[in-house]
Amino acid sequence: MKKISLVFRIWRQKSQLSKGQFVEYTLKDLSTNLSLLEALDKLNEELILNGDRPINFDHDCREGICGSCGFLVNGQPHGPKDATTICQLYLRNFKDHTTLTLEPLQTKTFPVIQDLVVDRSSLDRLIMSGGFCSDDVGKAPDANFFKVNQTDAFSSFQTATCIGCGACIASCRNASASLFVAAKLAHLGQLPQGQLLRSKRASQMKHQMLSEGFGSCSNNLDCEAACPKEISANWISWMNREDD
Amino acid sequence: MSYFLDPCIPLGNIDGAWERIQKSLPYISLGNKNKLQIVVVGGGLAGASAAATLAEQGFPVKLITYNDSPRRAHSVAAQGGINAAKKIREDDCDGVNELFVDTVRGGDFRAREASCRRLAEISSSIIDQCVNQGVPFARDYDGLLSTRRFGGALVSRTFYARGQTGQQLLYGAYQSLMRQVGSRRVELLPRRDVIEFINLNGVIRGVVTRNLLNGQLEVFQAHAVILATGGYSNVYFLSTNSIKSNASAVWRAHKQGAFFANPSLTQIHPTCIPVGGEYQSKLTLMSESLRNDGRIWLPRRSHDIRDPSEISESERDYFLERLYPSYGNLVPRDVASRRAKELCDQGFGVGNDGRSVYLDLRDAIQKKGAQEIKAKYGNLIEMYERIVGEDPMTMPMRIYPAPHYTMGGLWVDYNLMSTLPGLFVLGEANCTVHGANRLGANALLQCLADGYFIGPCSIHSWLEGHTFSISSHEMDQACQDALENTKKRIDDLINVQGEIPVDIFHRALGEIMINRCGITRNESGLLAGLEEIKLLKQKFHHQVRIPIEINCPNPELEKALRVADFLELAQLMLSDALSRKESCGAHFREEYQTPEGETMRDDENYAHIAAWEYVPGSEPIKHLENLSFSLLKPNKRSYQ
Ligand SMILES: Cc1cc2nc3c(=O)[nH]c(=O)nc-3n(C[C@H](O)[C@H](O)[C@H](O)COP(=O)(O)OP(=O)(O)OC[C@H]3O[C@@H](n4cnc5c(N)ncnc54)[C@H](O)[C@@H]3O)c2cc1C
Ligand code: SF4
Ligand code: FES
Repeated sequence: MKKISLVFRIWRQKSQLSKGQFVEYTLKDLSTNLSLLEALDKLNEELILNGDRPINFDHDCREGICGSCGFLVNGQPHGPKDATTICQLYLRNFKDHTTLTLEPLQTKTFPVIQDLVVDRSSLDRLIMSGGFCSDDVGKAPDANFFKVNQTDAFSSFQTATCIGCGACIASCRNASASLFVAAKLAHLGQLPQGQLLRSKRASQMKHQMLSEGFGSCSNNLDCEAACPKEISANWISWMNREDD
Repeated sequence: MSYFLDPCIPLGNIDGAWERIQKSLPYISLGNKNKLQIVVVGGGLAGASAAATLAEQGFPVKLITYNDSPRRAHSVAAQGGINAAKKIREDDCDGVNELFVDTVRGGDFRAREASCRRLAEISSSIIDQCVNQGVPFARDYDGLLSTRRFGGALVSRTFYARGQTGQQLLYGAYQSLMRQVGSRRVELLPRRDVIEFINLNGVIRGVVTRNLLNGQLEVFQAHAVILATGGYSNVYFLSTNSIKSNASAVWRAHKQGAFFANPSLTQIHPTCIPVGGEYQSKLTLMSESLRNDGRIWLPRRSHDIRDPSEISESERDYFLERLYPSYGNLVPRDVASRRAKELCDQGFGVGNDGRSVYLDLRDAIQKKGAQEIKAKYGNLIEMYERIVGEDPMTMPMRIYPAPHYTMGGLWVDYNLMSTLPGLFVLGEANCTVHGANRLGANALLQCLADGYFIGPCSIHSWLEGHTFSISSHEMDQACQDALENTKKRIDDLINVQGEIPVDIFHRALGEIMINRCGITRNESGLLAGLEEIKLLKQKFHHQVRIPIEINCPNPELEKALRVADFLELAQLMLSDALSRKESCGAHFREEYQTPEGETMRDDENYAHIAAWEYVPGSEPIKHLENLSFSLLKPNKRSYQ
């Protein structure tokens, strides 16, 4: 089993009100089979043993699907590997003795809670503003009433895979939520059952983006590069035509 | 002493019983609904769907979850698919009866027949509901819904959205929920841990939560509480569940008087990425759907360390196909897990420590082409490659069984109410249809059946009798008591200030549980396990170290509260496993097996659900719900 040593430069901030700073930690003899989060678990165990406060970071499924994890590794949301969430980032992707700078996905719409944890509830409010189909339970027609060809079903599915991690927003210099919103609009807008509210949904979600303080899209495609689910920025142009 | 429990199954023919019940439900006027407060704990498939549906009906609902958003609940990780008896084409031979039969058989006749019947009857409406919400299920060439086959079934009835079915179903429920949050009928309370219940004279009237941002204890009063807090297989530390999945809410309810049913019946999933080394924090499932195309094998020679590509066809043992010709690689999970463990124990296993078997896509790739296989399993293949660093398109995957799904949970009657009046339990947290070895792809189905259809209907009967105001002097006192108990529990843990971090205890607990109460169990192992846990529990309460600051986020305290509960639950699991002197489905007691090494059920003495009552300072009391089968005769499970 290969082993490496890494230096972690980590943003420490006790609470929203306190000031933060970077603190450096060195970890030796790390198996390259560990994930980056498992390395942080190990570091936390050492911190607790020393009587220090462990590092707080969000995580849950550790399978790349819940969207909880996510911070910047050397300036990149979810780190250097394409199409990979941070919990799926393994140490075999790093060279021995590298320094990794870890900092929160900080934008004004994602205030820091503690260390690497931020508040992403603005994304829930975007969905709340219109990201749904609106029939009540028990009123659904037979599922085969809607026929959907395979291409449309798959295309809708691909946009539906957005995990709401917010990496697109943290990578954008304008903090635009366009990719996240476009993904939801395209997911529902490509299916027959999403047609009824299609333009209303688009205008409400776009309006909500503005009122949450997200910036506008200036097409620099950083969002697409950061997205762990490889959602294409073409959907943003698709969205821009939606409620006209 | 044992008592017999009444599950409140409707009288008469169970076929269609649910429809009859629905017609006789009481009517609650909108005016009265508005005055009734419902608290739903959990934003997974069961909780989100229940909260959305109840809010649509006009009830004010509060939804509590420890996640920062309901979209992140553990249900999001379900991969394979959801079963439904839905006819897609005229010539489909599947129907309600077939799904019902497979569910009861999959449960090895340790599930309640009437609930299994209801599940099969509702299943088709669930697919309608989800499609209507925009769940992008896979489609066939003709635009109709597509299905695939899952373990334990002979027909193809599993609906899916690639390997992300749970994600898509959850987003459907979450979006419906957020629509209700937007119209202010649901109040969303994220980042809160439910750690105690308000118990007013034996009736549940609310919960105490710890706000995970500032550590404050908060009280939420209610006319009814719905628990949809998921499964507890993290008692094994390494499992396929999300890291934060836990047993605390159900365990706290148990300590208040809710009976815990069949706690030891844990499903071990045969196809997980095996343990890689120290500090591994969880095990990742490779969906069972891979067994549609993947063939499972081991070298015929023991301790064979050659590269799999050097092992010729005649030197390979496709052991499931050899032993079970009609089900082959799609035998139920307990059978596949046991056979894999046995062969690894005998030295035929592969990988670092000989604790894996091969799951090989080679033949399917040759037959169907790499493109088709990638299209079908794309994300699973990528996931494996990322974690293990090997490409399953060119090398067989290595897999091993891992704790996955807990079939035990709080005992509920046919209306999903626990033995604590006012407390309803939905989804994986309850113990209704699971029996001993539930059918693959039935869990999602059960969560949504409970959440969209059953819970929101059956709760009406309870609420009808409780339309009065719940604020009173007595109620204030009950809230105060619950708050004080909770505060004391937290202080006691923080004050230990020992020298060992929580995770170390959790890992040690997991080790004991997998060895003593894992794929197989036996009497001496279970007794030893009980002793080991007793010692570990003592050590935990004397030596755990948690950072002191409690008025800010303190994830170590969150973990410690959970591990303290897991330690107690583990004891109940071992006792339950000891007292079930038979083998049924996933519960394999080595003393009770056929000469061929299959489970030996004892219908004479154990055709029941064992429901345990907590007794402070003393051994738990076992109650029985006797199971009888009217539509289907219990017969031997055979997958030959
Ligand atoms: C990897 C994996 C794959 C699976 N694949 C399939 C499949 O293909 N098909 C299938 O049918 N089943 C599958 N299952 C099983 C299925 O996913 C689960 O049984 C189901 O999703 C459980 O849903 P739930 O709503 O009961 O609970 P969960 O989704 O676990 O939700 C629990 C909720 O309760 C909240 N909660 C818990 N405790 C507390 C507390 N104390 N305080 C506050 N909130 C709390 C959580 O925040 C969360 O919102 C899979 C399971 C796993 C682990
Ligand atoms: S679009 Fe991509 S980057 Fe943005 S929230 Fe969704 S998954 Fe994350
Ligand atoms: S922890 Fe769930 S996506 Fe990373």
